[in-house]
Amino acid sequence: MPIITYREALNQALDEEMARDESVFLIGEEVGEYNGAYKVSKGLLDKYGPRRVIDTPITELGFTGIGVGAAMAGLRPVVEWMTHNFALLALDQVVNNAAKMRYMSGGQFKLPIVFRGPNGPAEYLAAQHSQALQTYWTHVPGLKVVAPATPYDAKGLLKSAIRDDNPVVVLEGELMYAWKGEVPEEEYLVPIGKADVKREGTDVTIVTYSKPLKVVQEAADVLAQEGIQVEIVDLRTLRPIDEETVYQSVRKTNRAVVVDESWPVVSVGSHMAWLISKNCFDVLDAQVELVASEDIPMPYNHTLELAAQPSVDKVIAAVKKVLYLGE
Amino acid sequence: MAKEVNKNQLKKMLYDMMLIRHFEEKAGQMYGLKKIGGFCHLYNGEEAVAVGSVAAIDLKKDYLLTGYRDHGHALACGMDPKSIMAELFGKITGCSRGKGGSMHLFDADKHFLGGNGIVGAQIPIATGVAFAQKYRNDGGVTLCFFGDGAIHQGAFHESLNMAKIWNLPIVYICENNQWGMGTNFRKVSSVDDFSLLGTAYGIPGKQINGMDVIEVYQEVSKAVEQARESGLPSLIEARTYRYKGHSMSDPAKYRTKEEVEEYRKQDPILILKDKLLKEGILTEKEYEKFDSQIQAIVDEAVEFAEKSEEPALHTMYEDILVE
Repeated sequence: MPIITYREALNQALDEEMARDESVFLIGEEVGEYNGAYKVSKGLLDKYGPRRVIDTPITELGFTGIGVGAAMAGLRPVVEWMTHNFALLALDQVVNNAAKMRYMSGGQFKLPIVFRGPNGPAEYLAAQHSQALQTYWTHVPGLKVVAPATPYDAKGLLKSAIRDDNPVVVLEGELMYAWKGEVPEEEYLVPIGKADVKREGTDVTIVTYSKPLKVVQEAADVLAQEGIQVEIVDLRTLRPIDEETVYQSVRKTNRAVVVDESWPVVSVGSHMAWLISKNCFDVLDAQVELVASEDIPMPYNHTLELAAQPSVDKVIAAVKKVLYLGE
Repeated sequence: MAKEVNKNQLKKMLYDMMLIRHFEEKAGQMYGLKKIGGFCHLYNGEEAVAVGSVAAIDLKKDYLLTGYRDHGHALACGMDPKSIMAELFGKITGCSRGKGGSMHLFDADKHFLGGNGIVGAQIPIATGVAFAQKYRNDGGVTLCFFGDGAIHQGAFHESLNMAKIWNLPIVYICENNQWGMGTNFRKVSSVDDFSLLGTAYGIPGKQINGMDVIEVYQEVSKAVEQARESGLPSLIEARTYRYKGHSMSDPAKYRTKEEVEEYRKQDPILILKDKLLKEGILTEKEYEKFDSQIQAIVDEAVEFAEKSEEPALHTMYEDILVE
């Protein structure tokens, strides 16, 4: 099976869906002539032309709203945000319009639109450019939210997102774009709303998604050497969340740790921890632990910024805590 | 060249404006009776803008979007008064199944893509609809309405710029009723003439008398033609006036009685009625017939809304996502 990057996987998804459906177009800052700020749209302008790959002025609110209108009128826009940090300027169009138009009109409209771009901390970017903002989107009924952690999932989920008749927010990651993984040559889709067990184990369940998957996998390798078998559930979709796959795993391991790189207060991670505590109460042998980023704006200094995020050590400590293994 | 208006068109415009006026009067009464709740922004006084504009488009291929003061546009687009009144009553038979209310009237079939409760949010959305029309090259045009309050939102300025760089078939119509809630437009605008605001984006602007339905029709027709033929956007400021407060809860103490009276003398319905009577296009009897027909339609709308069912509780979970 070919091994390609996360970036290439997304590019393939866009390319295949644009070839498949003439109503799909890509709009955003630097998506065309520059080939994408992170090169996700590389080659698409050459292949599909300026009618379908549209460079915008720096107007997140404006071009996001244009996507919403185009979707209401029957097109299938893919709106690229250079990063989710800048998407805060477009929050109104996503939350008040894309997510609510169908409801407010009593079901008269569908909004087949994808909002995508890198989310979460990268390196040395400081507070405004290193935010994991998934909670903002996941909070809102009327949206779907996906957060693929591997090239395989990135391609399959983006293709599903483009074909979905609802607004779907896709969370990518600047540091993840260079990650490599197996992606089959033949066409496939990854369904929205299905979690994936990335590693099987018997002793503790770690629920995670997006970039922290790598940290969790490393921690699981270390713990395996100590005889602790970790099961990793990758949520992949944050809304609608696949609760059943999580509960099945927790019913097997009786212990759960949630790892989430966003802030800990009212987050996807804290919600997940609550769901497990509530719905697996009878089978839990320990309280559910949450490993999140520190509750601070991201500092620029590299030592500090690494210390602010989930790490292998923090994950190992949390696993040992739910196993009552003192240091 | 101003577009000729034939007699039947003139009568239809008068009728449509009268329908909006009566509907809004009734909506105001129903609000007073607590049949309608929440925010309810009436269109009395501004009828000529929606009616003259809609007369200039073809809703088989054109689209219309507006803000929260949307009853008039919905009616002008030919929406059934029953489904609008039922929506105001929050009933399941309302156009939005009782989920939208006054600010969220929609009719996909009639190409009325809504009201919007966020000031100016419809401007980029309408620009996106025009983008889709151009993408498909279907010959359609979009009319985008908004008030003097919305024109200072970033969404307006971002949209005009993109409409021009991509030459989208859209006509932006600022309904300047002179009061953004309780704030006079002069107090919060760097210019008194909003038609100038297109200039920075290379978009032609024109200020027109929004109390004169014929002028509105003729000027919007020109702009629509330009959008259709050459794909060029334009901006129209229709100077108008709302007789009522910003919403039903607003007694409008920030303006003088004299000011309101001054505009009532320029009432769009009275002006057109007098003109048609004088020119022998309309008789007093015909006018009275219009009046009683409309009265009956509005009464029926209220009766329909009254008799309609409340939405069943399970419907609140519907229409969130396409399954």
